[in-house]
Amino acid sequence: MTTPVVQVASLVKRFGDFAAVDDVSFDIERGEIFGILGPNGSGKTTTIRMLCGLMSPTSGTATVAGADIARDPDRVKSRIGYMSQSFGLYRDLTVDENLEFYAGVYELGARKTERIAWGKREMRLEEIGPRLAGVLSGGQRQRLALACAMMHAPEVVFLDEPTAGVDPAARRLFWTIIRERAADGVTMIVTTHYMDEAERFDRLVFLSRGRRMALGTPAEVKAQFGSHLSLEDIFVQLQEKES
Amino acid sequence: MNRERLHAMVRKEFVQMFRDPATLRLVLLVPLMQMLIFGYAIRTDVRNLPTVAFDQSRTQESRELVQRLTATGNFVLRSHAESYEDAIHEVDAGRARAAFVIPESYARDLKRGRPAAVQVLVDASDPSSSASAIGAAQMVGQQLNVEIVQRRTGTDMASRLPVDVRVRPLYNPSLRSAVFVVPGIIGMILSNILILLTAMSLVRERETGTLEQLIVTPLARSEIMLGKIAPYVLVGYVQMTTVLIAGHLIFAVPMRGPLLALYAVTFLFITANLGMGLFISTLGRTQAAVTQSAIFILLPNVLLSGFMFPREAMPPLAQAMGALLPLTYYLQIVRGILLKGVGMAELWPQALALAFFAVAFFTFSTQRFHKTLE
Ligand SMILES: Nc1ncnc2c1ncn2[C@@H]1O[C@H](COP(=O)(O)OP(=O)(O)OP(=O)(O)O)[C@@H](O)[C@H]1O
Ligand SMILES: [Mg+2]
Repeated sequence: MTTPVVQVASLVKRFGDFAAVDDVSFDIERGEIFGILGPNGSGKTTTIRMLCGLMSPTSGTATVAGADIARDPDRVKSRIGYMSQSFGLYRDLTVDENLEFYAGVYELGARKTERIAWGKREMRLEEIGPRLAGVLSGGQRQRLALACAMMHAPEVVFLDEPTAGVDPAARRLFWTIIRERAADGVTMIVTTHYMDEAERFDRLVFLSRGRRMALGTPAEVKAQFGSHLSLEDIFVQLQEKES
Repeated sequence: MNRERLHAMVRKEFVQMFRDPATLRLVLLVPLMQMLIFGYAIRTDVRNLPTVAFDQSRTQESRELVQRLTATGNFVLRSHAESYEDAIHEVDAGRARAAFVIPESYARDLKRGRPAAVQVLVDASDPSSSASAIGAAQMVGQQLNVEIVQRRTGTDMASRLPVDVRVRPLYNPSLRSAVFVVPGIIGMILSNILILLTAMSLVRERETGTLEQLIVTPLARSEIMLGKIAPYVLVGYVQMTTVLIAGHLIFAVPMRGPLLALYAVTFLFITANLGMGLFISTLGRTQAAVTQSAIFILLPNVLLSGFMFPREAMPPLAQAMGALLPLTYYLQIVRGILLKGVGMAELWPQALALAFFAVAFFTFSTQRFHKTLE
């Protein structure tokens, strides 16, 4: 067994008295498509933000791509790609300008042209280069954001609800792209609150009110809670039990 | 600091600025509008006070006196009153702001060498506009005295007076306030617009969610901050040049000193203000909150810097607060160079203060800005 590319041990994040992430642990292997599932407010975004070095944990430890998130957040940032839950690119810049900006920010130097071409090809953006990011459809926006997040060929990519509010065809295309990237060996960590997407993950963790309720492959989670139920049913039950 | 990253950041900020028509309008039109408003409206040298005359003497001499008083340019004769009460009533009703009251015995008294009492009543409810009228009236009185004594004694009176104080206004001989106000406007506009623009620029990224994506990259804090201010250095220079040229053409504001030095020092001033804007943007998380904190700088800028009121007349606390504003020093520089024609040999202490502010604000705001969401 190789060392996991992400190791999370007893991670806690409190905002005042309120624990948004409460003692969560899991490991992620290289090249996995790993899901962080849970209803609204269950702590998915907070977990991801800590793993990306954007927030420091109240307690617990985690390493991402060999860097400690609390001690060395800058190293973490240079090794990962991150796509925030709300669209984080510049709506007043075109697709090409956004790509160029991130290529510059990631210091691609001579590889710049090649990486931008790669991004546009792989994320199916070739036709819309001169368009302003603000006028793109939901699916196009998310693909552009992924292209920017992966501009520097990171080994780990975090996607926070990339398929929220995107129509089914665009969602399917996005999942195709996620699988292609994982096939390249990139670890893809994806949050969602669409329970019907659960089957798409290699492994997943289910959070509710900041706590880990289940962890494993979809089949393992099913076996744990009764295989006659769908994952969706299991999650709804877990959630109801919690409240 | 990395060249490629900084270049990407600066370029992005420039593209965004040029793509935002509202900001461009603000940047180009507001300075001109403010200059016209302040240049025409703020007149501390109010001339042409409408005046009523109550001339009981009705003689050649009394008409000459009225003529002399109006020739100063401070008074415009609007009407003649039939009684003292009439004259006062005109002033009370606001139809006149000054009244000449000449006694019936005026010409007689002059001829007999008796003191002739002439009253010039000035509505002093607005002290700044009445001061020059009062001064002018006193001046006319003195001149007349001297001439009359000379005529009577046949001597050159002036050469025999032990003290002869003559006030000669320097730099702005005709005491036109536009000449004084317009250079100040350059400083005030640069300061207030630049502070607001930079303060908004960073907090807008926070509000629209682009900051989260930005701070997850390897961009250094100083690169983000420099990128944020770079376009506004250009904006500042465009604004300054606009007001300078328009002020010269419209209000005949002189350019007596070294313009190159002015442009060089302006860089320090612009940077100090941009640093201040960045600092303000670290004080709040929303544009509304940041606008409120900005008011705390913008208001003192107008009131305490010497832009509107002379600092010498301020109480010590206000003076001390004014000394913490870059604008205070820049006003001395810009007025010094344009109006007095002095150069860096005289103005280096002010330039040094600006350099200090520029470095301090930029460093301080970079320290306060964190690449986290907390
Ligand atoms: N900066 C913050 N300060 C205070 N509370 C916060 C902060 N960020 C998140 N929270 C709270 O922490 C809890 C978890 O939030 P989080 O955004 O991680 O949930 P989520 O699972 O991503 O939800 P969603 O599906 O709506 O995106 C929520 O109750 C939220 O209100
Ligand atoms: Mg979330």
